[in-house]
Amino acid sequence: MKRMPAPIRLRELIRTIRTARTQAEEREMIQKECAAIRSSFREEDNTYRCRNVAKLLYMHMLGYPAHFGQLECLKLIASQKFTDKRIGYLGAMLLLDERQDVHLLMTNCIKNDLNHSTQFVQGLALCTLGCMGSSEMCRDLAGEVEKLLKTSNSYLRKKAALSAVHVIRKVPELMEMFLPATKNLLNEKNHGVLHTSVVLLTEMCERSPDMLAHFRKLVPQLVRILKNLIMSGYSPEHDVSGISDPFLQVRILRLLRILGRNDDDSSEAMNDILAQVATNTETSKNVGNAILYETVLTIMDIKSESGLRVLAINILGRFLLNNDKNIRQVSLYTLVFGYVALTSLLKTVQTDHNAVQRHRSTIVDCLKDLDVSIKRRAMELSFALVNGNNIRGMMKELLYFLDSCDPEFKADCASGVFHAAEKYAPSKRWHIDTIMRVLTTAGSYVRDDAVPNLIQLITNSVEMHGYTVQRLYKALIDDISQQPLIQVSSWCIGEYGDLLVSGKCEEEEPIQVTEDEVLDVLEGILVSNLSSTVTRGYSLTAIMKLSTRFASTVNRIKKVVLVYGSSIDVELQQRAVEYNALFKKYDHMRPALLERMPVMEKTSTNGPTEIVQTNGETEPSILETKHMPNVPQPANQANDLLDLLGGNDVISVIQTAPPTKLVSAGGELLDLLGDLSLSGSVPAPGPQVSISQPPFLLDGLASQPLFNDVAAGIPPMIAYNKNGLKIDFTFERSNTNPNIAVITMHASNSTEVEMTEFVFQAAVPKTFQLQLLSPSSNIVPALNAGTVTQIIKVLNPQKQQLRMRVKLTYTHKGSSLQDLAEVNNFPPQSWQ
Amino acid sequence: MIKFFLMVNKQGQTRLSKYFEHVEIHKRTSLEADVIKSCLSRTKDECSFVEYKDFKLVYRQYAALFIVIGVDEAENELAVYELVHNFVEVLDKYFSRVSELDIMFNLDKVHIILDEMILNGCIVETNKSRILAPLLVLDKMAES
Repeated sequence: MKRMPAPIRLRELIRTIRTARTQAEEREMIQKECAAIRSSFREEDNTYRCRNVAKLLYMHMLGYPAHFGQLECLKLIASQKFTDKRIGYLGAMLLLDERQDVHLLMTNCIKNDLNHSTQFVQGLALCTLGCMGSSEMCRDLAGEVEKLLKTSNSYLRKKAALSAVHVIRKVPELMEMFLPATKNLLNEKNHGVLHTSVVLLTEMCERSPDMLAHFRKLVPQLVRILKNLIMSGYSPEHDVSGISDPFLQVRILRLLRILGRNDDDSSEAMNDILAQVATNTETSKNVGNAILYETVLTIMDIKSESGLRVLAINILGRFLLNNDKNIRQVSLYTLVFGYVALTSLLKTVQTDHNAVQRHRSTIVDCLKDLDVSIKRRAMELSFALVNGNNIRGMMKELLYFLDSCDPEFKADCASGVFHAAEKYAPSKRWHIDTIMRVLTTAGSYVRDDAVPNLIQLITNSVEMHGYTVQRLYKALIDDISQQPLIQVSSWCIGEYGDLLVSGKCEEEEPIQVTEDEVLDVLEGILVSNLSSTVTRGYSLTAIMKLSTRFASTVNRIKKVVLVYGSSIDVELQQRAVEYNALFKKYDHMRPALLERMPVMEKTSTNGPTEIVQTNGETEPSILETKHMPNVPQPANQANDLLDLLGGNDVISVIQTAPPTKLVSAGGELLDLLGDLSLSGSVPAPGPQVSISQPPFLLDGLASQPLFNDVAAGIPPMIAYNKNGLKIDFTFERSNTNPNIAVITMHASNSTEVEMTEFVFQAAVPKTFQLQLLSPSSNIVPALNAGTVTQIIKVLNPQKQQLRMRVKLTYTHKGSSLQDLAEVNNFPPQSWQ
Repeated sequence: MIKFFLMVNKQGQTRLSKYFEHVEIHKRTSLEADVIKSCLSRTKDECSFVEYKDFKLVYRQYAALFIVIGVDEAENELAVYELVHNFVEVLDKYFSRVSELDIMFNLDKVHIILDEMILNGCIVETNKSRILAPLLVLDKMAES
């Protein structure tokens, strides 16, 4: 049989491949070589196996498949020659992973090698096990690892420690097994062992709180080791730029961090050493700064005393300054510090706000840095630092940043600006100007939820309406490509178009605009290709609203609405058809329906804004995302009541929502007309929709007693009787909880004029709890023609005498009246 | 923990790759290409740390070779930066004025050095003589 020529060495292969000029040529060479290797493997030739596998590994690194070499690696591992074993294990680590079945075959080899006479072989085995051992392998060999952890050979001990880490990661239950071996790991002098021991301890502490508690007693020893490192002077073995083993220092600091977290005693024990490291470490080279960085992280995480924290923040501040001064020199190190320092500061700003504020100007300068990661950190940090005092200056910088930054930042920056402006705006005009600026410069990056928030803000700034609509109009004629801007502007023009054409603007020169010009702009948006469907919807609605605000162009509006009644877009079509109906059949309702929006109550600043629809005013929904659910009364009312009972009494009042109707997308317009609610408890501008009577079904139920057994014999009482307004209380006792008394309030009016906007509020002493359900309505008809009822539930666990203070507000004969009264004449049965 | 260790040259050719967390073979090439692209696009003014997916990349350039280490959130970037330099110093000591060709033609030896320094994503040894000890023994055995 003809023998194949000796396979080429790895060097030859590499040289050959380097001569390849194209990818195809390279592939060809490699395939040829692979074929040669395969045949060589088939010959089972031990001499060249090592060489072949080495070549295979090289080709694997280039990205070519090499799985046919896996078994060969195993054979190499089993060989007695160290060179063979070395390549075999290397191949195993590179080519195999625990998903291959082949690797299980290694277990026996590794086991033998762990007990080999040569330490380097043992080392190899440990290394391989520590990198890619599967859970079965780890389980089998954990005992061997543990034995090696106790050996005095430092070369092996350090590798055993890291293999132990791997075993613990794969089979957490075995962690306890290594506990005894850790007892004197830290007594080692050898830094390699120390280093890996610290890693092992860290892993164990992170996995088990019991271990963490157990190892806390090591803090003094760790502190001692760290101290020696710092004080030891020059040690050629571990020196890096004049600092003794910085890697070990960093590792120890990290372990100290974990041990000191949430533990006062440990934190106190490390205070001194941390201060020492922080002040003594050389900062001229990167090495020193690496240690300082870790120290700062540790200080921030444990329960350190405030002096230490301030020290840490100042170190970070110095890092940032480093950045500034050397920017001309373009020193790589200082720019690295800038990034690192900013990340740390971000983590600390919540806790040590004042100290960080001092570095604000440096941080703001980082916004102009060239590095993308630095800019992002600086932006996040800047937003976190904004407060009432620095809002104007910070906002100027941030808006400038918004103008010039990359698109990836714009959305976040815009949201941040809105959020900050909302919290700290010094004046309404400033707030609106800021929003305008964001919309015009980054309008297309603004998030969708910003639009309803802005609309609400604008509505609530009543005195700025004229100014706002004028500015938005001007922005609109410049540019109609940014959707959020157009949406907000259209909405505004729809609401306040009358102010626009009448030239009512206090803040700046009013512009001369005719009704037709406004309609031109809005219609332009409708037909533009740039507008999205949502935007078109806004625009159409705005045009419709203007029909009640503009005097001379109603016919034009009617024509537009008619045209869109046959639009292909279903959303637009539906709106147009309904508006058409409004013109035709319900023209008498049109003014009321399209009226100005009232001031909206905001319930939460996070998340989608809930808007309370008061007074039954229906607005065909502007946005799909906006819906008006029932909303509990704002806290203001409770605060008013706190004033009622002066002195020591503290009341708890829980009021439930007035029965506001759920308004949803325009399709139910016609249904709602029949169901318009009258009973809002918040007075609203403009005339009420006049529908004469009855509270609807739900209210009817609410005013009836909710519990069937009328408690025998508790007599009703008159709580208040003045100026024609009489308040009666009737009592029931709850059958579920005998401590709760259920009082029904009946309000009647004996004068000839009805009382409108009637609101009943009550407060009780501290020992009671009170709950007011919704009233049946807020109009008390004249001449005792009907009553307003409301249910009051009082919880009286201590069976104390019931006292109540009531506050009545209502409008009578055109003037609004208010009265306070004490109710003390409760019958004893109601509270005993 | 260190996720991977790469040495890639400016033309995008990988000179050494070691993954401490398993990555599929076909994904490796795209990962390496991505990584080198982000490193090459950085100017001298920018810092050595880049955020890539859920890793942080710490890179350092030596002549035409980029050494890139991918780490997770918990690592101290400045310390890893030092580690890269330490590694290069070890190579320098062994090869006497190491160059890219040395690394290419002695890939197995470089792997051995790397294994002595980093095990399972953690630093094992940073002392140059101790790292090179087994390698020198191996060389002696190979000569005899």
